[in-house]
Amino acid sequence: MYKILRKKILSPVVTLMDIDAPFVAKKAEAGQFIILRVNDDGERIPLTISDFDREKGTVTIIFQIIGSSTALLNAKEEGEYISDFVGPLGRATETEGRKKVAIVGGGVGTAIALPVAKKFNAQGAEVHSIIGFRKKELVILEDDFKAVSQKTVLMTDDGSAGRHGLVTEALKELIDSGEKYDEVIAIGPLVMMKFVVATTRPYGIKTTVSMNPVMIDGTGMCGGCRITVGGKMKFACVDGPDFDGFLVDFDEAMERNNMYYEFEHHKYEETCNLLNKEVE
Amino acid sequence: MANMDLKKTEMPTQDPLVRARNFDEVSLGYTKEMALIEAERCLNCKNMPCVSGCPVNIHIPEFIQKVKDGDFEAAYQVISRSSSLPAVCGRVCPQESQCEAKCIRGIKGESVGIGRLERFVADWHNEHFSGEIKKTEPNGHKVAVVGSGPAGLACAGDLAKRGYAVTVFEAFHAVGGVLVYGIPEFRLPKNIVEKEVDTLKALGVEIVTNFVIGKTLDISELFEMGFEAVFIGSGAGLPRFMGIEGETLKGVYSANEFLTRNNLMKSYKNNSDTPILHAKKVAVIGGGNVAMDAARTALRLGAEKVYIVYRRSLEELPARREEVEHAMEEGIEFKLLSNPTKILGYKNPNDKRDVRNGFVTGIECIKMELGEADASGRRSPVEIEGSEFVLDVDEVIMAIGTSPNPLITSATSGLETNRRGCIIADENGKTSMDGVFAGGDAVTGAATVILAMGAGKTAAGAIDKYIKNK
Repeated sequence: MYKILRKKILSPVVTLMDIDAPFVAKKAEAGQFIILRVNDDGERIPLTISDFDREKGTVTIIFQIIGSSTALLNAKEEGEYISDFVGPLGRATETEGRKKVAIVGGGVGTAIALPVAKKFNAQGAEVHSIIGFRKKELVILEDDFKAVSQKTVLMTDDGSAGRHGLVTEALKELIDSGEKYDEVIAIGPLVMMKFVVATTRPYGIKTTVSMNPVMIDGTGMCGGCRITVGGKMKFACVDGPDFDGFLVDFDEAMERNNMYYEFEHHKYEETCNLLNKEVE
Repeated sequence: MANMDLKKTEMPTQDPLVRARNFDEVSLGYTKEMALIEAERCLNCKNMPCVSGCPVNIHIPEFIQKVKDGDFEAAYQVISRSSSLPAVCGRVCPQESQCEAKCIRGIKGESVGIGRLERFVADWHNEHFSGEIKKTEPNGHKVAVVGSGPAGLACAGDLAKRGYAVTVFEAFHAVGGVLVYGIPEFRLPKNIVEKEVDTLKALGVEIVTNFVIGKTLDISELFEMGFEAVFIGSGAGLPRFMGIEGETLKGVYSANEFLTRNNLMKSYKNNSDTPILHAKKVAVIGGGNVAMDAARTALRLGAEKVYIVYRRSLEELPARREEVEHAMEEGIEFKLLSNPTKILGYKNPNDKRDVRNGFVTGIECIKMELGEADASGRRSPVEIEGSEFVLDVDEVIMAIGTSPNPLITSATSGLETNRRGCIIADENGKTSMDGVFAGGDAVTGAATVILAMGAGKTAAGAIDKYIKNK
């Protein structure tokens, strides 16, 4: 059992939790993920690590309530426990040698992008962060990004906060204005990452994306997280989650992601009814 | 008076048509009367050929004698001297190619039903034993075991019986490795595995779940924590795919994923949190025990039609005969001498958002014929040109083998592996690293539960010697 030491509501659909997991905290690096089960008989869900404190032995996760399991997780309170929490899994994001980077985060993906931005900042790289959300109510972590970035651009789809538009527009402007990035790191919805790659490709700027497909064990055993990268089959859990964005087959990944759509939708409704909350 | 019947006493099973739709155990086990009758078929040979056929050398005639005497608990004690998981082995061991293959009774007629008797004895113990399990006096030494599958559990059990403080590290949230994620409920009920694990815990074995050695901790850190030796029984976890078109379509599973969803995550239950596709027509690729398990699981999930697609003939099929017969009885169709060439998927050219896009619609196969014998002595299958045919299916399960998981080996410099990624270990399980032992599928590549247990047991002996000679 793993204790929830802190719970903070970041937006109506996004929650932060600090979990007491000293062994995971000791080894965790930006870009890696954990797998948790809320209850016995629960589903195993992968979540990328948002932060960690090796001294306190805590690991921070930030998750969006998108389905049954995340709704159940969100129903847990500070001081309560979750059944399982294992990690750190996957490879850490490579940061070595980069002097200037652009971090592009979308939605809850910004929570995963933040530790990467922090790490670059800590090693002295110049960090430009572009974070995008659908609307003002959903904006999270803006100040955290400002604290570790030389430049932070906030974008919203409807213009209710920051600038009106997509992250790709801001990224293109920065590149066109003469900013020279060693690497662009994009973390967010698949469609966003696909278009970030489409934006950087003509400029030939190395672009890394963080993939978050369906998985069970997170150690290479099930192969459920397979994606096609450069025409080859890769397992996101052990070969990733970071991949060269120019080589990822996003269309296929998007198609695979909705494999259990019906089941998940139904289960979510059931859980929401159970938790007496309305379905969006 | 010896029972000279040439045939084994039949073990009752669930009716094939009924069991094909439920997850309850297929074989029902002997009654006390059946066990007594079958035990009388053992001639108690002096040279005990059966024992040499058992990877953990159970004293078979001795335990069968106890069954004849009606002292089933004593029979259990004989088995448990050599085996840490009797109820498991009585169910999943390939006895026909091990102990029973050596049985004198098998020369003329059928061998003694050793496996069935072992199962009876273990189940009897689990049902009736209420005494306390005696812990061995601690010897003050600590050993770490990586992986709680059959190799790890056997090693841990043997070391605990010798007085070692053993900690088993398991990556999953549940204990048992392939016994819980791989082998289905209808062949090995999970409460049986739980009971065997409880026995090990009562012996003093500590089990830590949610711990991935190679990630959460490295081998070197285990030594820093005071463990004097490490046994690696991490299994052969990485699923193989064929490298053909369409393997990333929705509805294509590795057998590992399909079975894990079902066995470990219980996705067959109505209220399960873990989803699984319930297909109408399923093709399982491969001919091993895992392929049989996957095919029979698909049937139980409600499939109308399940095919096994195997590139050689029935004779070469590597699965246990009993499993193949069970599968056939349940109505699974064998497409032998056939090999997949590509998997077909749905694609609506006019609507990218069509929800059916990307789901499997069929599998194209080609007919094969057997050519010359290859290095392994098996005749290798050759494609018959122009013989392609399509099976209309909505799910494909790849059960064509696994390779060892590189998580530990890649994180541990100094641990040598062979070309196939298997950890190199000698006949006692000793690896290239001082104090590190290994066994089971991590060393051999995919094999059987009992071979893994044998390796775990042998390594326990070697670890004992290693620590005592330090």
